Amino acid sequence: MSFDDDAYGALTDHDDDSRWAYGTGFADPMAGVPTAVPDDVDRADLAAYCLMLGDDVLVMSHRLQQWVTRAPELEDELALANIGLDLLGQARLLLTRAGEAEGAGRDEDALAYLRDPAGFRNVRLAERADADFAYLLARLLVFSCWRLPLLDRLVASRDPVLAAIGAKGVKEVTYHREYAAQWVVRLGDGTDLSHRRMQAAIDAVLPTAGELFRPHEVESRLAAAGVAVDPAALRPEFDEAITQVLDAATLSAPAGGEVSGGEMAGRAGRGRDGIHGPELTEILAEMQELARALPGGVW
Amino acid sequence: MVTAAEVVATVTDPELPMVTLADLGIVREVRETADGVVVAITPTYSGCPAMETIRDDIVAALWQAGFGRADVRTQLSPAWTTDWISETGRAKLAAAGIAPPGAAPRRSAGPVPLVLAPRTESVACPQCGNARTEQISAFSATACRELRRCPSCREPFEHMKEI
Repeated sequence: MSFDDDAYGALTDHDDDSRWAYGTGFADPMAGVPTAVPDDVDRADLAAYCLMLGDDVLVMSHRLQQWVTRAPELEDELALANIGLDLLGQARLLLTRAGEAEGAGRDEDALAYLRDPAGFRNVRLAERADADFAYLLARLLVFSCWRLPLLDRLVASRDPVLAAIGAKGVKEVTYHREYAAQWVVRLGDGTDLSHRRMQAAIDAVLPTAGELFRPHEVESRLAAAGVAVDPAALRPEFDEAITQVLDAATLSAPAGGEVSGGEMAGRAGRGRDGIHGPELTEILAEMQELARALPGGVW
Repeated sequence: MVTAAEVVATVTDPELPMVTLADLGIVREVRETADGVVVAITPTYSGCPAMETIRDDIVAALWQAGFGRADVRTQLSPAWTTDWISETGRAKLAAAGIAPPGAAPRRSAGPVPLVLAPRTESVACPQCGNARTEQISAFSATACRELRRCPSCREPFEHMKEI
């Protein structure tokens, strides 16, 4: 990119990567970050793992931004938009890393906009449509209580980029978890109506959390290699945080024992294997429409 | 003769125009090479939408100061912390009505503690100086700020969150 004294000339003098919708010079979020992959790390596995973690936050971010103009208070619009923006930023880094590790020339845009639902590796929790505000809070609570210890352990990854993404993400998701937890307490320990609806949301969401802790074979291999986090190891910390919130909110864990125990009954297949519900198809139809209608479009 | 580092240090933040990039503590390196200037900056938040504008502003400032080509790189690690905001930066934020951040929370070993009560650390009102203010929302117009209000002068204000 170049710049000269002619302000208008400078505005139109942009390289092919510039997309006006994002400001001049829409740049690789990792421009200049060393991209070497440690020698003994399997590149295909690393790409698959970054895709899993990146799709989680890309899809969750899209769901969050759908709440803008629908949240109960202006402050919550700001909060949900900010949380979504943090997650989108994390998604950009992770998808860019996935593209680099894959080495097939796909960048963050190609990965976000040009894959079909079966190519997505996000956990199903991220894609679920929210029946109401309580359902969103239950989902954000479960997501953040799982994601925070994951990012915290990722700091020790032998992949320096994943370690940096983890260190940054911990600070951000700490605020997300607090936001969700404080709202769950407020509603659970609120009126009869808010308590009932918050409990219904917890009853609907918590039994679906089982998928978060069952390692995919890629996660297991990379965890053994010191690159990834074994999701099974996150469970005690998750259970402790959820229990703390439910107790303070006067809510109860759904019947069946441990808080994250249940498997989603009757719904076979996991997001990590590319099995998704119609919700993801709807999200991608909306998210990808413009990019697919105008491939490589620049404006 | 101005150095490239001095030029970069004076570029202001697009969302907090009262502070410079140096005040914010996001400039990691400014190196003059035969091929131009190499600048390394650290994002404040992963999704900070100002990063692209900051890059453009650095390139523009260096060009106008006669340095020619500039290569602005991102440095992810170590992650930015509000502790890197300079004393001057804090004073400028306060003068603009944004309560500056206190010390960033120190992590002890073990899980990140989950705080269920709104954070009550004392943030003084930038308008009247009252030491006890209350949080309206942990998020505001940008990811780095929160909304608070002062029960004494009744004014709402923004506070830069500690991270």
